[in-house]
Amino acid sequence: MAHEHKLSIFRGTLTFKSNITKIWGVFVLLSIITVIEVAFGIIKPEFLTENTFLAMKLLNWIFIILTLVKAYYITWDFMHQRDETKGLRRSVVWTAIFLICYLVLILLIEGDYIYEVYQNNYIKFDF
Amino acid sequence: MDATVAKTGTEGKTWGGGNQPLKASYGKMMMWFFIVSDALTFSGFLASYGFSRFKFVDSWPIADEVFTHFPFLHGVDAPMYYVAFMTFILIFSSVTMVLAVDAGHKMQKSKVVLYMFLTIIGGLIFVGSQAWEWNTFIKGEYGAVETKGGKILQFLNTEGERVAISDFAIPIPSAKENHLDSNGVWYEQEGTITSFSFEEVKAGFMANDDLLIRTQYYDENGVPTVLSREASITKIMNDGKLVVEGANLRHNEYGSPLFADFFFFITGFHGFHVFTGVLINIIIFFNVVIGTYEKRGHYEMVEKVGLYWHFVDLVWVFVFTFFYLV
Repeated sequence: MAHEHKLSIFRGTLTFKSNITKIWGVFVLLSIITVIEVAFGIIKPEFLTENTFLAMKLLNWIFIILTLVKAYYITWDFMHQRDETKGLRRSVVWTAIFLICYLVLILLIEGDYIYEVYQNNYIKFDF
Repeated sequence: MDATVAKTGTEGKTWGGGNQPLKASYGKMMMWFFIVSDALTFSGFLASYGFSRFKFVDSWPIADEVFTHFPFLHGVDAPMYYVAFMTFILIFSSVTMVLAVDAGHKMQKSKVVLYMFLTIIGGLIFVGSQAWEWNTFIKGEYGAVETKGGKILQFLNTEGERVAISDFAIPIPSAKENHLDSNGVWYEQEGTITSFSFEEVKAGFMANDDLLIRTQYYDENGVPTVLSREASITKIMNDGKLVVEGANLRHNEYGSPLFADFFFFITGFHGFHVFTGVLINIIIFFNVVIGTYEKRGHYEMVEKVGLYWHFVDLVWVFVFTFFYLV
């Protein structure tokens, strides 16, 4: 079997000499992202918790975006999706992303609706 | 056309499986589609966590007030550090796994053995850490009172610091007697006995004027509401029902019992994946040691188990964000 690795990340900006150096490079990247996440989680800058974008705190947007970045590099470089054919990559990634987005959207809207019902009806919940 | 048993007559044809559009072996492809379905199971868990959190968005426990412990550091408030440590362990074991896959491609048996071994060690450290975290969560720290409506009341002093119930409860001698078989055949098993009864906690609360109650509902600043001394007394006298220490599937001293349920199910299901991952890694490790893949001519099995292992890491990245950070 031929094992050819694509050694460029960041859309070709950074090219590694070998697959092993790429692995360590991706590890450093993932570590930096995790450190940033933990630092934000401990410090919780007020500016980011008080301002919202599309009904979500900016801090939570940062967390979710950084998580997706990490997920991308784990899937693309550790799980070698970068080296697979487009067909395999898309049948795995697009299917999962579509179904998960759909599920999350439906359930969060429903949860928020039930919260409103609890708030506005005449049944007492805090006793 | 020379028809032999090995040929199906579809070679080179687009339909019928003649060419291989995905250029991946059967095993690897099936591992990928297993991962897709498993990812959907995990997202079902995490999405229902989101559902329940949105449903009780004004009273959901804040994770970094729950997971504040670090081994050997008693009484030190260390939110997030331990989970961050676990995340690093898992990411690092992913790195050793992918290095093992890489060494496998180059047919370097001894390197595969070394890296697989490190991966297994990393997995074991992670599972152990999770067991420690479960233990801490189940034992609890300060204790709380549950109301008749199943809400949690926690205790603060006037400086706003948490106070453990064991620090103020006044022991009341009681004539507690166990029901035995000799007194009657039918009886229900007694629930867990907390170290202090509700009456003892109530007496201690009334005797200490600097104790206040914090409810699980957020005020307009997004922090749990702290009641005045008068309101606290009214609350505990009218609504208080039982003492809760730690967390289980029914009661949770940190807030909504659903939070504990999701914690046990999501991290438990993930921990089970890590555990099976370690087992499969051990099997593959011994296969590598005895030279099975050397004889076979390729190390694709290492690659397949690697996919599973990275998937476990991938799931943890999401659990970390949606359970601990957001």
